[in-house]
Amino acid sequence: MAEKTENALVRTKGLKKYFKVSGRWLHAVDDIDIDIDQGKTLGVVGESGCGKSTLGRVLLRLIEPTSGKIFYDGNDITGYKGTQLKKIRSQMQIIFQDPYSSLNPRMSVAEIIAEYMIVNRAYRRKADAFNQAAKLMDMVGLARRYANLYPHELDGGRRQRIGVARALSLNPKFIVCDEPVSALDVSIQAQILNLLMDLQEEMGLTYMFITHDLSVVRHISSEIMVMYLGQCVERAEADELFRNPVHPYTKALLSAIPEPDIETRNKEIKVLRGEVTSPIDPPAGCRFAPRCELATENCMTDAIELVDRGGGHFAACVNLSGQRTN
Amino acid sequence: MTSGTTEPKELMLEVKNLTVEYQSDLETVHAVNGISFSLAKGGTIGLVGETGAGKTTTALALMRLLPERTGKIRQGDILLNGTSVLKSSDKELMLLRGETIAMIFQDPMTSLNPVLTIGDQISESILLHNSQGRTPEQIQGRVDEVLNMVGIPPARKREYPHQFSGGMRQRVVIAIAMACEPDLLIADEPTTALDVTIQAQVLMMIRKLRDRLGTSLVMITHDLGIVAQTCDNVAVMYAGQLVEVGSAKDIFNRENSHHPYTNGLFGSIPKLNERVKRLKPIPGLMPDPTALPEGCYFSPRCAESANMCLKARPEVYVKGEHKIKCHKMRNVDGYVKEEAEREEAERG
Repeated sequence: MAEKTENALVRTKGLKKYFKVSGRWLHAVDDIDIDIDQGKTLGVVGESGCGKSTLGRVLLRLIEPTSGKIFYDGNDITGYKGTQLKKIRSQMQIIFQDPYSSLNPRMSVAEIIAEYMIVNRAYRRKADAFNQAAKLMDMVGLARRYANLYPHELDGGRRQRIGVARALSLNPKFIVCDEPVSALDVSIQAQILNLLMDLQEEMGLTYMFITHDLSVVRHISSEIMVMYLGQCVERAEADELFRNPVHPYTKALLSAIPEPDIETRNKEIKVLRGEVTSPIDPPAGCRFAPRCELATENCMTDAIELVDRGGGHFAACVNLSGQRTN
Repeated sequence: MTSGTTEPKELMLEVKNLTVEYQSDLETVHAVNGISFSLAKGGTIGLVGETGAGKTTTALALMRLLPERTGKIRQGDILLNGTSVLKSSDKELMLLRGETIAMIFQDPMTSLNPVLTIGDQISESILLHNSQGRTPEQIQGRVDEVLNMVGIPPARKREYPHQFSGGMRQRVVIAIAMACEPDLLIADEPTTALDVTIQAQVLMMIRKLRDRLGTSLVMITHDLGIVAQTCDNVAVMYAGQLVEVGSAKDIFNRENSHHPYTNGLFGSIPKLNERVKRLKPIPGLMPDPTALPEGCYFSPRCAESANMCLKARPEVYVKGEHKIKCHKMRNVDGYVKEEAEREEAERG
């Protein structure tokens, strides 16, 4: 992996975040190594409770990691404090899931977009910040006449555009998109996805795109990481993952998507038994084993490692024993 | 399929020109604007559309559950097994709901009563429709049976909703709906709040129950994938109107002619099997239901809209079972204008 880190804008090593829950440990993020190259998008997929949002927040140092290291642009930012942290934070932004609760209802659209620039003293005069806010509104496709409206007066799609404009206001290089389109209707969702991809192309942005929607993640990502109970179970280049999924969980996840095509109606769906087990003090071995049809005794005892199966396709499963099925 | 017989004998549900408005002192919300569709016994129809299309209002109207003060059925009729739901008395409705027609609500987190055990909530409707004179033991036996059917161990019936996960709660909601083996089941976005793998479990279960009990199903969803996987017939809804109705084959065959909105929906979803550089979203937003545009409701967002689209309400053009409500269809071979009867009545 050493040669890859050269271009990596964001990189983590052994990143862990455990939360203490009544004296026991909830493993929200457990030993995650990622590297996202400049200008690329890492898609993170998984079901609710798999730790994908926590991972995004730990990366931005919004939550302190339990252990492990975070590198940004080659520098270890895990221990950054004060002004140093503030400076780095303006380069790393987040777009939140819910455009209804992530905007201050008592601020107008222009105030919301200008707020980061005012707080960070990006301009000497406030008026300049508001001018820049108006430019950002053009950029994300919000008509300037909305500047003095309040969030409740706008629909979900426009609100999410405010979230995007705000995230862009400090010229960040890296943006964590935490389910930015999940609350939107499909036709609006497509508008926002196109906007995010256009902005990436124009400004060379790097994204971490968190979602539970597999068709969205394939569309926007260059590389995809599948998470299950805090761990990465499979990671590969986007097309490769969809063409050749190897981990049983990824396979089940892919077969569970209802496709908008009646030809596939009779395809066999791998319905997973049971539900996600508890992330509190999980037992050793594979965390997916209780739901896995391939599970053997080995799965319960061995520590499962993420193994490169060639071409940067990583998977964590003991039953794959090396050979690739193409 | 429709052989011209006037007797709607094999029809489970027939909705005729249904128009629903929400009336407040300030404004009138035109939620459902003259929709007509029918569902054969044992059939499945998918009602697809985006937020605010009027899907849930339609479902509530079918159950006569619209808010009493504001929700008004202005026009049309709903026939269930040939009898009008709109003309039924409250007492008749009570017998109807639960036994003949049941509903699975969208959000399993809020549609269960938090202070009753799930067993009590399931037995409630069995008790209410106890025409066979079941003894309390038999009722409990039926509760166990229903729980087994949805894959919950009957031993858990003394637990409360908060002790269950989202997927399990949705199973409880389904168990309540299926308790009296209704003839018609209305599922309002039954899996929207669930993860994909749990969604697959729940959809599989609904399909199995439907096939085993011969239940007719109205599946309300915004997800074309769910419709493709579960429904025989599809109705695409936009701004309170059905813009396109047909068999699943008609709708999902991309070679066919379609309503521009249906095409827009398909263009908006990222494909799983091929990579498209850019999605083709529908520009703009759903019109404000208090001030619907003149002419075609979709015309302000439609790439193909012509002068007449802005002025005149489109007719419905039919080819076999496939119906499309769009002006452009008048020039398409094989599609003929639907008999004016229903359209005449349309508000305007």
